[in-house]
Amino acid sequence: MYAVFKRELFSFLSSMVAYITIGIFLLISGLLLWFFPDTSILDYGYAEMGGFFSLAPYLFMFLIPAITMRSFAEERREGTYELLITKPITVSQIIVAKFLASLVLVFFSLIPTFVYCYSISKLGFPEGNIDSGAVIGSYIGLFFLGAAFTAMGIFASALTKNQVIAFVICAALCAFAFLGFDYTSQLPFLQNFQNSILSFGINQHYASISRGVLDTRDLIYFITLTVLFLVFTKVTIGGKR
Amino acid sequence: MSISVKNLSKHYDQQKAVDSISFEALPGRILGFLGPNGAGKSTTMRMLTGYLMPTSGIAEVSNQNIISQSIEAKKHIGYLPENTPLYTEMYVKEFLSFVGETYKLNNIASRVDEVIKLVGLTPEQHKKISMLSKGYRQRVGLAQAIIHNPDVLILDEPTSGLDPNQLVDIRALIKELGKNKTVIISTHIMQEVEAICDDIIIINKGKIVANDSLEGIKKAYHQDSLEEIFRKLTA
Repeated sequence: MYAVFKRELFSFLSSMVAYITIGIFLLISGLLLWFFPDTSILDYGYAEMGGFFSLAPYLFMFLIPAITMRSFAEERREGTYELLITKPITVSQIIVAKFLASLVLVFFSLIPTFVYCYSISKLGFPEGNIDSGAVIGSYIGLFFLGAAFTAMGIFASALTKNQVIAFVICAALCAFAFLGFDYTSQLPFLQNFQNSILSFGINQHYASISRGVLDTRDLIYFITLTVLFLVFTKVTIGGKR
Repeated sequence: MSISVKNLSKHYDQQKAVDSISFEALPGRILGFLGPNGAGKSTTMRMLTGYLMPTSGIAEVSNQNIISQSIEAKKHIGYLPENTPLYTEMYVKEFLSFVGETYKLNNIASRVDEVIKLVGLTPEQHKKISMLSKGYRQRVGLAQAIIHNPDVLILDEPTSGLDPNQLVDIRALIKELGKNKTVIISTHIMQEVEAICDDIIIINKGKIVANDSLEGIKKAYHQDSLEEIFRKLTA
């Protein structure tokens, strides 16, 4: 399993995939957070990271599908999947290895944003006045959200040999999981179930962790969601034999 | 018995790609798998190597059941899939080391150098796979199949698309490997069968229509030309 993980990660790093996706993530979040006046922290006047954490899930919705779309789609189109599965490795090991390699890349994209956190704490008054609990909680929430999106991306990639289709399916899945339940809960005839519908959506759990309160229910939610999509992937790939 | 197959079938809906075939392959002999396109050669090989799940039947490779002991069985098999799929963005050595790691080999670096020498990749060993010609890619494919020194080699059309010089080299290599391994190769080229195979199985529409040694089949059909026998059985 480690061999597959290493190969996947190296193929991200030796192709442009890693640099372009991470670069664009940092470019857009940097511009919106520091440069454009509507969303800039400098114009906002409060030294807090909230802007970044409400923006990041939307960026992930496009960047994570770009990272994960090749994982199975390309292997099955090129026929290298046949090479891989005839080695003494199980399907589950391949899925987990690919998932972890993509997740490491998502993690890499978050590391440079610690600079934002440092800058903002320097801008606070008095210096260093930042809600560190909320920041740490938000990073944990963002990482789990990234993990769930990655699992969805791996699943989408297993559905098709076409990378573009995998990208679109993943982006749609992520968007629905993040926002879909919120919108659905506002339908008039579902008023009575509003709270239970909301609790299926990522947004509510992400917001809850972002407040700096680490509730095990939220963590269990994210882990369940991630594992569920990895299991779906296994069923999909296994069913194609 | 290195490979033993009993009533192996693969059905896609109503279509029977492989229809209850049984055969055995012995160590030290090269088995030629012949048949028209779509006869079920690749499907059979894909079931033996664990890529496809059989609809029914049993197969054992080095006494390991390919379904219930698939991981163990895969360790004994070296497989070159049809059209030689490779990770073309990797370097030759990098790719072979990766394959070595999937088999959890020790001393991977020295083993990689060994197989590179064995398949004649030395002049191209520092290149990216995408830069290699078809013949050299085929050698990379063979190298990854033999890197863990398997008892059983399954090669799906290993010589398709090679020039006559490369053909001779690759055939000589397969023949050499066949001395102490069980080798199954599929091919359309009758001269190739004459040149390297000890035994022959002809398969048509998912069923075995002939299973004999090279001399045996010629005697049985009172024919010296394998081409004529093939035409008679499959046309």
